[in-house]
Amino acid sequence: MENNWRPTADIDTLKKRAQFLADVRVFFAQHNVLEVETPILSAAAPTAPYLTSFVTDYQPLSGSSKQHYYLQTSPEFAMKRLLAAGSGSIYQIAHVFRNGEQGRLHSPEFTMLEWYRPELSLHQLMDEINALLQQVFGFAPIIRLSYRGVFEFLFKFNVLTCSDDDIIACAKERIGGLPPELDLDRDGWLALLMSHVIEPKLADLNMPLFIYDFPASQAQLAKVIQDNAGNDVAARFELYIDGIELANGYDEVLDANELQRRFESDNQQRKTLGLDQMPMDGHLLAAMSSGLPSCTGVALGIDRLMMLAMNKIQIADVQSFSFERV
Amino acid sequence: MANFSTNEFKGGLKFMLDGDPCSILENELVKPGKGQAFNRVKYRNLKTGRVNERTFKSNESVEGADVTDIDLEYSYTDGEFWYFMDPVTFEQHAADANAIADCKKWLKEQYVYTVTLWNGTPLLVSPPNFVNLAVTETDPGLKGDTAGTGGKPATLETGAVVRVPLFMNVGDVLRIDTRSGEYVERAKDI
Repeated sequence: MENNWRPTADIDTLKKRAQFLADVRVFFAQHNVLEVETPILSAAAPTAPYLTSFVTDYQPLSGSSKQHYYLQTSPEFAMKRLLAAGSGSIYQIAHVFRNGEQGRLHSPEFTMLEWYRPELSLHQLMDEINALLQQVFGFAPIIRLSYRGVFEFLFKFNVLTCSDDDIIACAKERIGGLPPELDLDRDGWLALLMSHVIEPKLADLNMPLFIYDFPASQAQLAKVIQDNAGNDVAARFELYIDGIELANGYDEVLDANELQRRFESDNQQRKTLGLDQMPMDGHLLAAMSSGLPSCTGVALGIDRLMMLAMNKIQIADVQSFSFERV
Repeated sequence: MANFSTNEFKGGLKFMLDGDPCSILENELVKPGKGQAFNRVKYRNLKTGRVNERTFKSNESVEGADVTDIDLEYSYTDGEFWYFMDPVTFEQHAADANAIADCKKWLKEQYVYTVTLWNGTPLLVSPPNFVNLAVTETDPGLKGDTAGTGGKPATLETGAVVRVPLFMNVGDVLRIDTRSGEYVERAKDI
C-alpha cells in the first residue's frame, strides 16, 4: 500500500515544533512586538530577478475577466504598509511561496518568521535575534563578522575594493568542477564563493555567525551606508548556522523614489534575462511616500531553524507534509 | 538519448559529462535568498570510477547516458579480452582490461558478475559482494590454532592474495568479501 499519505515529520517533531512556535510568540509578546496577519495574495509581486512568484487567477462569479494574483514570496510589502500606517513593531509567522525552489534546504512553500522594529538599529536587531535563538532554541551566542572581514580572513583581499578579476580568479582556484564557460557578474561570482567555499567553512566553525555590511551592489531593499573605511556598503546582515543561510536583515530603504528605481532596474534585468516583468507594488510605493518610519527588519526561515534546532538533515523532516506529498 | 534538465537531477541518473558516462551520487540545490540558483552535483565517472563535483547553472541540461547493468557469467579470457555470457540468451560480451580493472583478481569461470554496459559495450565489471575461492598456495596449516591473531597470506585460485587464519591449508575453500578483500569464513564448497 502506498505510504505517501503519511507526514514527512514524525508526530513528536510536530509537537516540538508547536512548542517552539508558542515560545516564539511568548518572546515577541514580552518584547511588545505585535503579531499581524497579511494577505497571501497580492496584485503586485517582487521584481527581484532570481525570485519567481507563483501566479494564480481571480475570476469573479459573474463575468469572464480574469485577473492575475501572486502568492507572496515574503510578507514584507504588506507589513511595511502597516508600519507606514503606524503599527509600531510587528511580526508575522507566514507561509510564503517561491516557485521552482525544491531541495534539501528549499521548498516551494515554507514558513517565514518576519519582523520589523522601528526603534532598533541593525546591530540591536541582531542582539534581539541572538536573544531569541538562545532563549527559545538553545543556540550558542552568535558572533559577528563583516562581509569584508570574512573575505579578508579567508582570501586575503579587500572584497569591496578589489577588481572583478581578483574575485573570478579566486573562485576558479578555490571551486572545483565549474563549467568552463561560466559567465557571471561580480555578485554572481561572490555568491558562488559564499555558497561553495565560505558556507562549508562556516559549518566547520561550529558557531552561529552574523555577516553584515554587504557590498552595496547586493543591497536589495537595504539602505546603502558607508563603513568605517569609507566604502559604500549595504546595511544588511545574514545569519548563518552550521553554514546554512537562515535569516536576512535590513536597515530598510525609506525613500520611495529610491525603491522605485531599484524595482525598475530589477525589471530591466529581468528583460535581459528573458523573464516576465513583474507589476511593481504601487501600494507600497504610496505608503513609503506617505512616510515609512525608520526601521530594521528581518526574515528568518522557520523550517531551517526547526531543522537545525532538532538536528534533522532536511527541512522535509520538520514539515508536516513536504512538497512531494502535498 | 534524452536530455535531462537540472530539475530532473537525482541520485542514480546516468549522464554524459566531457565525453564520459557518469552517475549522480548527490544533487543539491544551491540558492541564496534572492540569488541565482545552481545545482551542486557529486558524481561518479563510470569510466574511471572517480568521484568528483560539478556545479551546474539551474537552467542547464545534460545528455543522458545509455548505461545499464546486467548480470553475466564469466567464461574465459584470451589475454586481451575477458568474455562474459548472458545465461539466458547466450549472447557474449567482451570486456577489456580497463573494464575488468580491480575485478580481475575475483574472476572465476561460471560465476555471475554485474557488467555495466555503455552503448552496449562493457564499461565496468563488478564482482558479487562475496565469492567462494580455493586456496592454491599458503604455508602449511598449524593444527589446533583456531584463533590465531596475525594470520598468514594465502594465494587463491584467481590469483588474489588474502590474509587467512594459520590453520588454513591448500585446497580449503574460503568465503571472501570482495569489497574489503578480506577473508570471512571457511566455506563448505565452491
